Amino acid sequence: MKLARDTWLIFQRQTQLLLRNPVWIFVGVFQPVMYLLLFAPLLKPALNAPTQAAAYKIFVPGLLVLLAIFGGLFQGFGLIAELRAGVIERSRVTPVSRLALLLGRSLRDVVSLIAQAVIITLLALAFDLRVFIGNLLLAYLMLALIALMTSAVSYGIALKVKSEDALAPLMNTVAQPVLLLSGILLPLTFAPGWLQGVAKWNPFSWAVEGTRALFNGDLGNDRVWQGLGIIAVLAAAGVFWAARQFARSVR
Amino acid sequence: MIETRGLRKSYRSREGRETKTVDAVRGVNLDVAEGEIFGFLGPNGAGKTTTLRMLATLIEPDGGEATVAGADLRKDPAEVRRRIGYVAQGGSTWDESSAREELVLQARLYGISKAEAHRRAERALEAFQLTEYADRKCKTYSGGQRRRVEIALGIIHEPKIVFLDEPTTGLDPQSRAHMWDEIRRLRTEGMTVFITTHYLDEADALCDRIAIMDHGEIVAEGTPAELKREISGEVVIVGLDAPSTPRAAELLDTEAYVSKLETVDEGGLRLYVDEGATAIPQVLRRLDHAGLDLRSIELHRPSLDDVFLTKTGRSLRES
Repeated sequence: MKLARDTWLIFQRQTQLLLRNPVWIFVGVFQPVMYLLLFAPLLKPALNAPTQAAAYKIFVPGLLVLLAIFGGLFQGFGLIAELRAGVIERSRVTPVSRLALLLGRSLRDVVSLIAQAVIITLLALAFDLRVFIGNLLLAYLMLALIALMTSAVSYGIALKVKSEDALAPLMNTVAQPVLLLSGILLPLTFAPGWLQGVAKWNPFSWAVEGTRALFNGDLGNDRVWQGLGIIAVLAAAGVFWAARQFARSVR
Repeated sequence: MIETRGLRKSYRSREGRETKTVDAVRGVNLDVAEGEIFGFLGPNGAGKTTTLRMLATLIEPDGGEATVAGADLRKDPAEVRRRIGYVAQGGSTWDESSAREELVLQARLYGISKAEAHRRAERALEAFQLTEYADRKCKTYSGGQRRRVEIALGIIHEPKIVFLDEPTTGLDPQSRAHMWDEIRRLRTEGMTVFITTHYLDEADALCDRIAIMDHGEIVAEGTPAELKREISGEVVIVGLDAPSTPRAAELLDTEAYVSKLETVDEGGLRLYVDEGATAIPQVLRRLDHAGLDLRSIELHRPSLDDVFLTKTGRSLRES
């Protein structure tokens, strides 16, 4: 009860500040739209897809997962600014739940990610992409869990390193192999055997495959529940770890 | 209100390959009474902020015990949090929020209902003369206004004790005087105020009692007046002609209130007395009776810097 109330307070505040500066919607949507317009047309011939819509069914889920991973991983920067302003310390002297300090922020990130995902899905509809609404909602759940995990981890790391200069290279170093090993841009079915083997250890590749299956209307595909399960466990672990950093962090 | 015994904290810091342990606070014993303004005076790096942050539950002590506002710091930090307010040195407001938003949020983080939070924010804005700027973003505030918002944030839940870390650092003289008035007002309202400062005049003028801290230890504690008296009493400097100096020295040396007498080379005397205010009239009378003309008479009261010098071997102004 207290946790829910505290989380709501933090979420409300963070969302209010976000809405006050709506540039983020433009920035958050601009890049994926560029991919959609300038990169996706290459895919039909490259993937040997029968139609443009088929190519989008492969590409759009990957793009959304990409957005969830990166959108989350870079949230730590905002937290470092708050740390420096003393806002975190001010919260930590109150009896507010430490978990709520994290969850309120991460939920804001999840909501803003879903908003971006909706905009991109709607745009893709204009390019003849068709998805069942139930499958789409499950895919959004996957995206929400990914964003929850990556933003929580990003906050936890931000509290540990306490400086943008350390956070930026760290996040880029983590994000790049994660991106390449998840088959986000091109499906890993094209990859040589060893690369597929390595990618099996990347939880995001399971998430990407699961999301693709959902967009493909293949709800019974094992990758769907496996992807959701793996990401859910990791999200819980990420939240647990990051909340501990909020309880412990100094300044 | 606050009682600490042997409070300790050390940090490990790495220099090259070696890890060194730095004892930031080495066994602090404190007793702060209800309703007083208690000051922690010391140079930067003395361990004042670390002690304060321990008492505010922000960092865990390595050893020792403390009771803060009736709650056990080690066993029940959550209860301590509910009863205290804390205002950090480096600020605590967000550029893009307004004072009112910050106050309402802070009150709600303490579990206060929405309606009550709005009422309290309104009252705090009035009390700290911030109503005019209440709905402007914090980044538009002056240093003094912003500091007042921060103090208001620290006491929005009406704590029994408020900790203020260097409350006037970086403020111009006028805002500083204003801030002192605000702090005295908190005491009038029954709050216990615990401040840290490295300003001698602030400790002297504002605090009811102070503890002087150096290298993680408390080296002296008492009211500013007590501490200064403890040093050397006061010094009365009597200006005289060179010829009449020996005669005056002879007369005054036998007086009971003069604990020590020194002759100044160019003529004149330095008298070490317990209390200058009572000694001066007696000196004047004695010399007048003897028909000696004095050119000047000065009272030199020891400052807190003299106290610091005696206790630590260096001046606070230099460290």
